[in-house]
Amino acid sequence: MTRTARRIRHTRRTLQVAGAGAAALLALSACSSSDDSSSTTSDSSASGSSDKLSGTVTVFAAASLKESFTTLGEKFEKEHPGTKVTFSFGGSDSLAASITGGAPADVFASASPKTMKIVTDAGDASGTPATFVRNKLEIATLPGNPHKISSLKDLTGSGLKVVLCDKEVPCGAAAEKALDAGRLKLTPVSYEQDVKAALTKVELKEADAAVVYKTDVHAAGDKVEGVEFPESDDAVNDYPIVRLKSAQNTEGAEAFLALVRSAEGQQVLTEAGFLKP
Amino acid sequence: MTSPTGTSDAAADTLRGGPRRRRRRARTTGGGSGNSGVPLPLLVPALLGLAFLVVPLVALLVRAPWRSLPDLLTSAEVWQALQLSLVCATAATAVSLVIGVPLAWLLARVEFPGRGLVRALVTLPLVLPPVVGGVALLMALGRNGIVGKWLDSWFGITLPFTTAGVVVAEAFVAMPFLVISVEGTLRAADPRFEEAAATLGASRFTAFRRVTLPLIAPGIAAGAVLAWARALGEFGATITFAGNFPGRTQTMPLSVYLALQSDPEAAIALSLVLLAVSVAVLAGLRDRWMTTG
Amino acid sequence: MTEPHEAASAASAPSAHDAHASEEGLDAHLVVERGTFRLDVALSVAPGEVVALLGPNGAGKTTALRALAGLTPLSGGRLRLDGTALERTPPESRPVGVVFQDYLLFPHLTALDNVAFGPRCQGATKERARARAAEWLDRLGLADHAGAKPRRLSGGQAQRVALARALATRPRLLLLDEPLAALDARTRLEVRSQLRRHLAEFEAVAVLVTHDPLDAMVLADRLVVVEDGRVVQEGAPSDIARRPRTDYIAQLVGLNLYRGEADGHAVRLDAGPPITTTEALSGPVFVAFPPSAVTLYRDRPTGASARNLWRCEVAGLETHGDQIRADLAGELPLAADLTTVAAAELDLHPGAAVWATVKATQTHAYPV
Repeated sequence: MTRTARRIRHTRRTLQVAGAGAAALLALSACSSSDDSSSTTSDSSASGSSDKLSGTVTVFAAASLKESFTTLGEKFEKEHPGTKVTFSFGGSDSLAASITGGAPADVFASASPKTMKIVTDAGDASGTPATFVRNKLEIATLPGNPHKISSLKDLTGSGLKVVLCDKEVPCGAAAEKALDAGRLKLTPVSYEQDVKAALTKVELKEADAAVVYKTDVHAAGDKVEGVEFPESDDAVNDYPIVRLKSAQNTEGAEAFLALVRSAEGQQVLTEAGFLKP
Repeated sequence: MTSPTGTSDAAADTLRGGPRRRRRRARTTGGGSGNSGVPLPLLVPALLGLAFLVVPLVALLVRAPWRSLPDLLTSAEVWQALQLSLVCATAATAVSLVIGVPLAWLLARVEFPGRGLVRALVTLPLVLPPVVGGVALLMALGRNGIVGKWLDSWFGITLPFTTAGVVVAEAFVAMPFLVISVEGTLRAADPRFEEAAATLGASRFTAFRRVTLPLIAPGIAAGAVLAWARALGEFGATITFAGNFPGRTQTMPLSVYLALQSDPEAAIALSLVLLAVSVAVLAGLRDRWMTTG
Repeated sequence: MTEPHEAASAASAPSAHDAHASEEGLDAHLVVERGTFRLDVALSVAPGEVVALLGPNGAGKTTALRALAGLTPLSGGRLRLDGTALERTPPESRPVGVVFQDYLLFPHLTALDNVAFGPRCQGATKERARARAAEWLDRLGLADHAGAKPRRLSGGQAQRVALARALATRPRLLLLDEPLAALDARTRLEVRSQLRRHLAEFEAVAVLVTHDPLDAMVLADRLVVVEDGRVVQEGAPSDIARRPRTDYIAQLVGLNLYRGEADGHAVRLDAGPPITTTEALSGPVFVAFPPSAVTLYRDRPTGASARNLWRCEVAGLETHGDQIRADLAGELPLAADLTTVAAAELDLHPGAAVWATVKATQTHAYPV
């Protein structure tokens, strides 16, 4: 069960390459397939009047945004009484697959331009996605940094158990870019399937270090210690956000986008470890 | 009055775990009434059930990138992953046999307080999400786990990120299938054969080895096949406990999953290989041990 | 609790006493408690003697056998075989061979390997064990079936393989649980006489359990009748057949049995009319006579030659070989055998009133 679900979640490329068959499969998993309804709702956005907001705003957001977006959602509900923000956090690629498969959502916040492109290519985005934060890699190591890791090069030393994300997932691709930039060669003990799995290995002290996002180190609290490294500047991840064409609540969606990009929103996000765009 | 040959035959059949009997029954009904006797309220859901299981596999075949298949299948990575998968699944089955069959015997033959609880614990990995199973294994056998700590400091053994770790993860998930299957066969087997062996001078272990084991062999084979198949497809516990490194811990399901991220065609091709190999092995084993016609 | 044992062994064959003296053979007092059931059976058997435990279903015969084999633990009592205490010895270490009711031949092994199993467990090499097994199979006339799996053997063959398997361990105590029960009537006759021969050759103690009096009488030198977990009578088959002490045994051997108080030739029954016997006894006695000794009349017979005259009513009729057995109720419940012709002439039917007579010379009275 879990495996099937995960497979579906990570099938974004299937849509581009394998096309319709897989899309139909995903539509099944997303419970709804109202493709034609998108055209009718797109017009109503033009006549949007922002005086009184109501209803539910549905936000699909990358898993790394969970803590900060939950905080923002609470703020939003407080500022606009009568509204409700519901989130679906998950891997950006599976969220994108759900959206193109017809899942009902108002806003999509992705962890990479690549996954956002799936949605824009499918014509499900309304307008151009905007980068609202950026995320940087950091080395997560054991609390107290017992192995005295201070640079990416230190990870290449023998005897250290290092885990990386698999090259197929964003954090792995970013790590590879950073290693290339530093002309370093690193053989990890494992290529983990996602950033949380990589972090977990360090949290459980099974690995001595992992290359993950700054925000993940931040979220892990004192279970891991973060070590910044200069090569990370060459592998910064942009987080784009966009309102979706199929949005049922366009006013609510726009208001949420505005909150995310406001000073207030940016403060919450930087506190979580994100960089300003 | 039942003839003694009849009695011992029936006993032997029970011990053989049933398939033989099923075959006999199938033969007798097959000759007579034929398929016309199948009632509709059973036939319709049965066919629906069959379609439910078969259609996704057919879809996989239909969507398979047949043109690029030869290139994909001759790549070294695929063979590496396949080889690792087969070795690990077989090793996991062997581990399950060595410790699972005695466990099944204990559950079936020895009465002890809390046996019901122990049986429930044995089946726990069946309901546990494999990923959770993997985390549990890390906490137990990881470098810092409650047992793994000692393995590391006394013997210098660390299981995570090793091929042995893959075997451990697969055995953890697959062994319950074997234990349940073997325990069921043992329960159906007549314990008096063990008593007869005892009166002939066999210790309990000798009786188990020379009498019980051969009698329940078909049940063990069936359980081993189930366990092997489960181990071959194991993903969650493996990637969580043993990680993912090509040639060392990256089995077929792991490489299928990761291929899906960037190259769905490759993923489908890999799945087909896994499917073909398992069908070939299972069909082969069924013919030999679990003849069902 | 040893009381029935003492009484019984006093009446039984002298060999049991010899066994005691030389410490050879079996000397057992089996006590097994399981829930409300209590088995309490004393058993002494000399080497070369064959003893049958005879009793109805549920009497505890099989429990006694299992206790002797060590498959059911004793709750009390003792178990000595050739002077060695076996109470705490596990079954695999006892010099005991068992032929189980349905033989329990290992279905995955050939007849030869079934028989070789015991010697193998006793440490013989594969070759020696097989050689010994082949010898046994040969002795039991099964040489041609050595390679056959149990399911290919007939009932009689399987029984002999089971016997060979039990004997191949050279047991000092051979136990047979209903050895003929699994056979059909025709095979049974043949196997019974073979088994009798083999048991006669067996030099150590043999104990068999059966609910069939014929099997017991043909196969055993001595019978021990067990009812409700206790020994109710023990002795040579002929003795038991002549002098049953319980209704169960009387029924088995086909006698009418009554218990009463004797005063000379008259026996006052505990319930019912007096019976006149030839023996002159006093005190508590049993009186027995066969159903064939009963003569029935439709009207009260005038000739007073028979002192034993009772008014009865036919409760049931059934054919018994070429005879008719009439179950009579009334003053004295009894069974009577008569020819079909006689039954027809008397116009017997359930409910019919009849007079029954038994000559005193046909009765047999013996002290309790």
